[in-house]
Amino acid sequence: MGAKVYRALPGFRLSLGFALMYMSLLVLIPLAGCVIKASSMTWDDFWITVTDEHAVAAYKLSFSVALIAGLINAVFGLLAAWVLVRYDFPGRKLLDGLVDLPLALPTAVAGLTFRTLFISDGWYGKYLGFLEPEGSVGHWFGPHGWFGRNVATLDVRAHDGPFAIVLVLVFVGIPFVIRSLQPVLAEFEAELEEAAAILGASRWQTFRHVILPALLPAWLTGFALAYARGLGEYGSVIFVASNIPGETQIPPLIIVKQLQQFKYEQAAAIAIVLLFFSLLTLLFINLLERWSRRYDPAR
Amino acid sequence: MFRSILTAGVLTILGSVVGCSPKTSEHELLNVSYDPTRELYAAINPAFVKDQASKGKQVSVNTVHGGSGAQAGSVINGQKADVVTLALGGDIDAIARTGIINPDWQKRLESNSSPYTSTIVFVVRDGNPKNIRDWDDLVRDDVKVITPDPKTSGGARWNFLAAWGYVTLHKKKGDNEATEFVTRLYQNVLKLDTGARGSTDTFIKGKQGDVFLSWENEAFLVKKLSKEKLQIVYPSVSILAEPPVAVVDRVVDEKKTRALAEAYLQFLYTDAAQEIIAAHGYRPINAEIRKKHAKAEADIPLFTLKDVVGSWDQANERFFADRAIFDQIYRKKGS
Amino acid sequence: MLSNHAANQRIIRKDPLLLRALLIGFTFLFLGFMVVGPTLNVLYQAFYLGWDVFAAALMRPDVHSAFRVTLIAAFFAVAFNMTFGLAAAWAIARFHFRGKALLTALIDLPFSVSPIIAGLIFVLLFGTYGYFGPFLKDTLGLQIIFALPGIILATMFVTFPFVARELIPVMEALGPEEEEASRTLGASAWQMFWYITLPNIKWGLLYGVLLCNARAVGEFGAVNVVSGRIPGKTETLPVSIERIYEGLSEEAAASAFAVATLLVAMALVTLVLKTFLEWKTLNDLKASQKEAAKDAA
Repeated sequence: MGAKVYRALPGFRLSLGFALMYMSLLVLIPLAGCVIKASSMTWDDFWITVTDEHAVAAYKLSFSVALIAGLINAVFGLLAAWVLVRYDFPGRKLLDGLVDLPLALPTAVAGLTFRTLFISDGWYGKYLGFLEPEGSVGHWFGPHGWFGRNVATLDVRAHDGPFAIVLVLVFVGIPFVIRSLQPVLAEFEAELEEAAAILGASRWQTFRHVILPALLPAWLTGFALAYARGLGEYGSVIFVASNIPGETQIPPLIIVKQLQQFKYEQAAAIAIVLLFFSLLTLLFINLLERWSRRYDPAR
Repeated sequence: MFRSILTAGVLTILGSVVGCSPKTSEHELLNVSYDPTRELYAAINPAFVKDQASKGKQVSVNTVHGGSGAQAGSVINGQKADVVTLALGGDIDAIARTGIINPDWQKRLESNSSPYTSTIVFVVRDGNPKNIRDWDDLVRDDVKVITPDPKTSGGARWNFLAAWGYVTLHKKKGDNEATEFVTRLYQNVLKLDTGARGSTDTFIKGKQGDVFLSWENEAFLVKKLSKEKLQIVYPSVSILAEPPVAVVDRVVDEKKTRALAEAYLQFLYTDAAQEIIAAHGYRPINAEIRKKHAKAEADIPLFTLKDVVGSWDQANERFFADRAIFDQIYRKKGS
Repeated sequence: MLSNHAANQRIIRKDPLLLRALLIGFTFLFLGFMVVGPTLNVLYQAFYLGWDVFAAALMRPDVHSAFRVTLIAAFFAVAFNMTFGLAAAWAIARFHFRGKALLTALIDLPFSVSPIIAGLIFVLLFGTYGYFGPFLKDTLGLQIIFALPGIILATMFVTFPFVARELIPVMEALGPEEEEASRTLGASAWQMFWYITLPNIKWGLLYGVLLCNARAVGEFGAVNVVSGRIPGKTETLPVSIERIYEGLSEEAAASAFAVATLLVAMALVTLVLKTFLEWKTLNDLKASQKEAAKDAA
């Protein structure tokens, strides 16, 4: 799109005016209220609140589980997108349709069903006893196991622990990577691959040097979207995490706790930190999208 | 065709908006209560409605349940509760501080405005496989405990205070020992649910933990209703939990429901309600009815909040505020 | 987000059979475990105690009321956010102005903000001690939070980006030529919108509406904070599911999942409609391409 201004078209003022007004009323003014609330604290109070050990641990948890879930989705998403676009097999259409289910299924329902799936007599939990601290695998990562003694203790339970949060975040993030990759994969020009093959590239070389670079922007965007979704997720996490401060407590829960102690300034302070990180993530995604359009002749 | 469907849809929805806009009526009460009273008020409300009907009045009562602190917060922020029936006096004090409830609320009804009391007991699995008898067993390395988060659950605050009182009042040790005791206890906690009901679910359906630190009434109901066989263990000593009730003055004056709201709370003290209270595992304050339902094993010495820490203000400041003792427990663990 | 399978399978692009089988197997396993399993589990839990418990749960008056409140909130969220989406997409895709990039980024903000924050800000604004709450209540007698308007606002906030996000790329891809032509031929602004723009973007618009609706129907965190959660009055379906699940009786969990099947059913309908819309868009696109080719020839 050039720098052309379509003066012939009507409704610029009306549409932009309405969009700005609506956005201000619904999003900006309420968020500003949050900032005003927090600004009634002294800077020291603000700083103590947002750098509290448990708050910091909660941000870290949120970032790391969202990151791990995003990475898992990036890997499996690439795989699934590849399979769904390139292969023809019975059930493909159905599988393709199911990819969007996590977008349509309410997160509270997702949280509840994951909670019942992974408890010790749930459909999955029944077979995952080895991940429990008493189980064979769980023991390695516990304080007495090899991994726990020599590297770090890890809670690998599929329920209540950080891995339980990763699992639900993988669920809510599934559509993003797949849906970002599919159109790019589908429009990928066969000629390029053929040329690579004729020039003597192996399949792996073709994938690594021809296909992957073309996929990269969309792949990154999908990953970033899944990550952003994971950062903000609440409804499902709250049902599966064990909420131990400093371990499995996500930042929104700290806001809830501050609210329940009637400390609205502190709640607003934490909210501002989260807003800030959300904005950063979105800015990053926007940059990524712009960067990915760099070579796109259509734009 | 499409347009007519659309129009019909819009009209239906607009119609139902009008139909369901909150009408406040002077014959309708909203009781904002805490987590484990769901079954209790589900039984009391119809009894009250029937009682009013016998006096020729058509009334209805709605009840909302949730974490006690969250509920107090919602009333402070404008939830139109006619009466609050919360887990601890501190939460009603918090509402009273904003002027919505008169400061003398606790003196307005019998027995510090608590029509029922309860205590904190242990729920263990059938046969008590870990042989949990008393508070000291909760800090054993091989015992996993389920209790809600004191920051969000009223019942959990009573749990914490009971453990604290066990050390300072029963064993007559100092604050350092008590801090160490609760630290060890909370390090055995597998999951801090936000409400008492969440913990019940974790222990029963989630099959997690060896012992569930619970309200006596919740333990009673869980034992009665759960498929799994459970046992209630009474420790050597526990705390007298007094969940108070109060009329929300500003709301009832605005909605003109004061008479009804006061009648509702008075009803809790009647024999009929006290029977329902006893049947749901609470301790009625009516001595006769309590005696009728009392069980021998439940007769353990109980200390009060006042014995442990003085008042809710002091309890919150010392134990539950930001960076107070409860927060310190999980801080030591991490760093 | 079109899944365009137009690319022909050429021999050279075919992976070895073993690899193909392996990858297909992996995909089935991944989506099976992560999507199909959890969904089937909802149905299994719902019917765990038999049809009677399931039916009884769906007949509860509080569930009906929650259903109605959910639909109302979703209706307003869709109506407002659709209007916003149209306006924003028109301004962003058809005009250049300063701060466009910022506007685009801000539109996405509610997407990555925790719904708890959405709840918090409306409490801060409209609570008894909020910035506007006392004024609205004293002068207009309006109760925002702990009543239907609060539920609607919170739902509108969390579903804010959905229509705009879908429409902006669609409008950008279409380009302004047809609209400009219609104006040159003397169409009024309204005629241009009604006869050119709307037919061109209708499937994209519907798709955005669908996503917006799905999210609105399922919103939990924000609504939980502001709704007041009075059974039969200010509860939405997700909130009532949590409450029912927390009952102590044996039927509690099964009843909660029974209500959840309502939401699963809505989700599945959404998916079917969505697939249909994608197919429609694809067909339209192909048809217009064919016409363009014909014109060229």
